[in-house]
Amino acid sequence: MRHLLSSADLTRDDVRMLLATAAEMHEVQRRDVKKLPTLRGRTVINLFFEDSTRTRSSFEIAGKWMSADTINITGKGSSTSKGESLRDTVMTIDAMSVDCVVIRHMASGAAHQVAQWVDASVVNAGDGTHEHPTQALLDAYTMEQRLGSLEGRRVAIVGDLTHSRVFRSNAITLRRLGAEVTLVAPPTLMPSGIGPWAAADGLTLTDDLDAVLAAGPDAVMMLRVQKERMSGGFFPTPREYTVGFGLTRERLRALVDANPEAVICHPGPMNRGLEISADAADAAQSLVLDQVSAGVAVRMAVLYHLLAGEEVAA
Amino acid sequence: MRADDTLPPAGDAAAPGAPRTVMSEADVSRALRRIAHEIVERNKGADDLLLLGIPTRGVELARRLAALLHEMEGADVPVGELDITMFRDDLRHQPTRAPMPTRIPAAGVDDRVVVLVDDVLYSGRTIRAALDALADLGRPRAVRLAVLVDRGHRELPIRADHVGKNLPTAHTERVMVRLAGVDEAGDSVTIAAGETRAGRPSTPGGPR
Repeated sequence: MRHLLSSADLTRDDVRMLLATAAEMHEVQRRDVKKLPTLRGRTVINLFFEDSTRTRSSFEIAGKWMSADTINITGKGSSTSKGESLRDTVMTIDAMSVDCVVIRHMASGAAHQVAQWVDASVVNAGDGTHEHPTQALLDAYTMEQRLGSLEGRRVAIVGDLTHSRVFRSNAITLRRLGAEVTLVAPPTLMPSGIGPWAAADGLTLTDDLDAVLAAGPDAVMMLRVQKERMSGGFFPTPREYTVGFGLTRERLRALVDANPEAVICHPGPMNRGLEISADAADAAQSLVLDQVSAGVAVRMAVLYHLLAGEEVAA
Repeated sequence: MRADDTLPPAGDAAAPGAPRTVMSEADVSRALRRIAHEIVERNKGADDLLLLGIPTRGVELARRLAALLHEMEGADVPVGELDITMFRDDLRHQPTRAPMPTRIPAAGVDDRVVVLVDDVLYSGRTIRAALDALADLGRPRAVRLAVLVDRGHRELPIRADHVGKNLPTAHTERVMVRLAGVDEAGDSVTIAAGETRAGRPSTPGGPR
């Protein structure tokens, strides 16, 4: 692997290998000495043009625990705010002979574009409304920790699909692992043109969350309502969204009644009281903090597989 | 009757690459039994011992040594697994390999006498990596090394405390350890003239 740009680039075997490596990295996190010498002498740049707490900090920690030198650059504090283009910014960074660029950008396809320009390995840490492959890996890892194999498991992904890069990567990765994926969204937030992909990849589409929960899915993934992308009238009021698509206390009860073993995921940051109630976020079924903990292990695994091995030409 | 005797006949045991058995199942069993005796003798008993096998075959050997120690001394010596993938010094020269599990018994390694167990001691680089990995896990009172085969060609100042068999080899030869429980066939150690990567004999974990 040279880059990690899209979940679609990963075969089932790739996913399995990354998750197996993540399991070993997770074990290292429980030690007193969490540092491995594996990436000594490698440099990882976190280039974040959008705000992020957990993704950026977990990539930084992952790099540091593997002994790579990690440097954070944010859009706001960089020359981008002086008008430098993305290309000039990444070419400047590449000229410093870094080994890996972890990029988050508001434009879909930014990571792909950057990968064309630089010699370094590129990791897509979220590009617009396109993909967020490491999030999908850590979600799959977290679910497997609790549920065992995801083969044949039923996973519902609920919420703002139109603006969600998390859902796209998750749907791809979960299908690779053999899970059955149901996508739940109000019609206004169901991506236009999703039909052919859903049909080809076996994704079920619906706008009836209660029916999905009553069927007792093994995992329910609540997506964040992305207020920063909500400029068009996608739903009348936040209250109405919650009534139709929030994981309320009543829906939590319905889920647990239908399947006591079900788990709840949320990629964070949560809008408590909007897409997920405090009861659901803090329930025993909630894996939200496990997801964060897995995030570091999964990103260590990704950096390891991108940077540790032989420098082979393509 | 062959027309040309100068060509080595195919399938002959002397043909290049044909493996030659240097330890039989009984030899492996005897060697392990002797190593188990040496370990308790050196340690003056089985107290505080911790056997750490280096995956894959070192783990199997460590388990067998623990069973022998139980049989001989009635002691329950804990066994763990110590993966060294992340500590290798040749990561950049090889395709990426998936790490194996590291499992350390709950009591940890602090103040224990750790016996590292591996199948073949060659360049010593695997053991160097294991010592680094161990240092991150704690501070053992002592670290010893038990190997089934020492084939020579050390590249680092490392030696084994307990050796099943000293096996003089050429760099170009391959030593293969097969163990029931890991491999399909039963226990054996074979040596074959084979390909090693030119100029890079030290590929611990790979063919050796």
